Amino acid sequence: MSDNPFSLWVYLSQSPLLWLTVTLLVYATTDAVSLATRRHPLANPVLHAMWIIGAFLLATGTSYTSYFAGAQFVHFLLGPATVALAVPLYENRWRVVSSIVPMLVALLAGSITAVVSVVLLAEFAGLPRDVVLSLAPKSVTAGVAMGIAESLHADPSLAAVAVILTGIMGAIIVTPLMNRTGVTDYRARGFAAGLAAHGIGTARAFQVDEIAGVFSGIAMSLNALVTSFLVPLAVTLLVR
Amino acid sequence: MLASLGLILLCQLIGEAVVRGIGLPLPGPVLGLLLLLILLLARDRFAVLAHGPLRNDGVENASKGLLAHLSLLFVPAGVGVVQKLDLLASHGIAIVLVLALSVVVTLLATVLTFRLVSRLLKQQDAR
Repeated sequence: MSDNPFSLWVYLSQSPLLWLTVTLLVYATTDAVSLATRRHPLANPVLHAMWIIGAFLLATGTSYTSYFAGAQFVHFLLGPATVALAVPLYENRWRVVSSIVPMLVALLAGSITAVVSVVLLAEFAGLPRDVVLSLAPKSVTAGVAMGIAESLHADPSLAAVAVILTGIMGAIIVTPLMNRTGVTDYRARGFAAGLAAHGIGTARAFQVDEIAGVFSGIAMSLNALVTSFLVPLAVTLLVR
Repeated sequence: MLASLGLILLCQLIGEAVVRGIGLPLPGPVLGLLLLLILLLARDRFAVLAHGPLRNDGVENASKGLLAHLSLLFVPAGVGVVQKLDLLASHGIAIVLVLALSVVVTLLATVLTFRLVSRLLKQQDAR
């Protein structure tokens, strides 16, 4: 141990090791709690990991940049995980092919609703223009939404935050909401979860039902395609 | 395991390269997904492809391992909320309400359209 414990902290807080370890351990803990509550929607592991790590950063005066230097190794895997969605899609291909028509119609209805509703509501709430633009792609996965926000000269990091908040709220709301609508078809329920709440919704869908997870993953990838075209169009038509 | 991860990364890499190369307006990993799907389908048809990661569920197991922890991968971007605290202090309630309402409307529109269309198709088949 060095003479001054503070200098050890300064060293560690600047190294990727500390923040990668914190990310994995905090998430492992919140995930264990979620499992212990039999995956209760309010015990969402992402939500609780986020505020615990965030509070820790604020308490120790650590910048997000130093945190991300470690956490980026986890963040990076979002791309490969998107590619990996090919496997559940492949294994359930017959089920997918047999419901291709309802899927495509629901995709169109859902992705238009996702973009138009958030833009109109945000305008109605009187949010500033650059916030409205950053919220518009909130239903697609983080990497894609950040790209869309950038191309609109909006704020990509706000877009990422909007995406995560949307995903968490979607994952919390989806099961009780679907139980209320009386829809028992797990293809439809999963498809809605992935379309509205991207990867976090998909992770939730896989917890509930394998088929729901597969359809959620499909909705997430298709919505990424459609939204990339839709947001610029909606923004020109709807934003003052 | 390593070869399987390598194959997944290779699909993403080709996806990114094509997207940048011809300026496609879609994310590279989505194209990588399509590529891996085509590879898996092709393997069933052409036995010669069933080597390395495409043999004995290699790439399947690696992918499932990644997807088992999908929600962990959103934590780093989510913690970025600490950079936006001043914005959230001034507009936080409006932003959260707007996102919550929009997500409910989107979930309902999607699930009800899906059910409606598949029910219509079933009626047609019954006739």
